[in-house]
This record gives sequence, C-alpha cells and structure tokens, in this order.
Amino acid sequence: MTKSELIEIISAENTNLTKKQVEFIVNGVFSSIKDALRNDDKVEIRGFGSFKIREKNSKMGRNPKTGDKVDVPSKKVPYFKPGKEIKELLIKMN
Amino acid sequence: MTKADIVETVHEKLGLTKKDISKVVDEVFDAIRGNILEKTNVKISGFGNFEVKKRGRRIGRNPKTGVETVIEPRTVVVFRPSQIFKDEVND
Repeated sequence: MTKSELIEIISAENTNLTKKQVEFIVNGVFSSIKDALRNDDKVEIRGFGSFKIREKNSKMGRNPKTGDKVDVPSKKVPYFKPGKEIKELLIKMN
Repeated sequence: MTKADIVETVHEKLGLTKKDISKVVDEVFDAIRGNILEKTNVKISGFGNFEVKKRGRRIGRNPKTGVETVIEPRTVVVFRPSQIFKDEVND
C-alpha cells in the first residue's frame, strides 16, 4: 500500500470530507510525527507502536569499494517500535 | 506526543472538527496495521516504509541469566525511514 492508496481508501470511507481534506489530514499525521522526532520528542500510538530517536555513536567505517577507513560521525536515526499487540499477532500467524 | 496531540495539531492548521480529524487519524493507523498483519508492505513517500520480514530460527540468550534458548522463526515489522526523514532529524 502506498500513501496515495491510503488516501483513496480513507477518502471512500469519509464521504463528508473532500479528498483534499483527507489528504491534508493524512499528510498532517506523518508531518506531526516527523516534527516530534525532530524535536527529540517521542510519539506513542496505542495499539500501533511508538516512534523515537536512536542515537548512533560515531564509528570507523570502511569504503566497501576501496577498503579505505572513513570516519562515520554520530547521528540520529528515526526508530519505530511496533506495539506488543502487532508483534504478538505477527508471531501467532507464523 | 500521542494521537490526541496529532489531532490537535491538524485541527489548528485546518478548520475541520476534531471528531472528523480523529476518525481519519484512527483510520490511518488501522489501515497501516491491517496491511502489516496481511504481510503487505506499506510505503509512505517522504516518511518511510513499513516492511514485513521473516526471521529464521536462531539461538538466543537471556541477557539476564545467560541461558541459551531457541528463538523460533517469526515474522517481524521493520520501519525503514526515508532519506528525507533521516536527513531531517539530523538538521
């Protein structure tokens, strides 16, 4: 599923809203999550999971082509932790 | 930040009722969740992809007791943030 498909599905279920309005809300969801993480805040969605920032320390890396050592600076990485419910349902389905 | 804060943020930007916004926000997470549980990947451009992956059987260790146990094969969901998202958090 892509974002445009997501907007289509939700738009079909909310006939009181225009597609533009649905699109705005859907985009608002993802930009709110991004804004929160950019401010080092975390986002918790019950029954879904949580988004937070993970700090990666600087390390010595290597250029895989040449083998040269390169310094990889420390950085922040967005991380999603699925909710317990989703994790357990996925395991059960196996 | 919780779902209520997302609803509030969208409400401030757009004049729609919180009830309407709340319903759509719920449906966004329900739809993503539904796709994941059907083992379908979800791609949100500018945000990232939710990928459903199979993990093979492996030997794990209880970090507290050090006891080795077999971890059975399982399906997991992994979020791969888009390059845009990754760049944004490091600005």
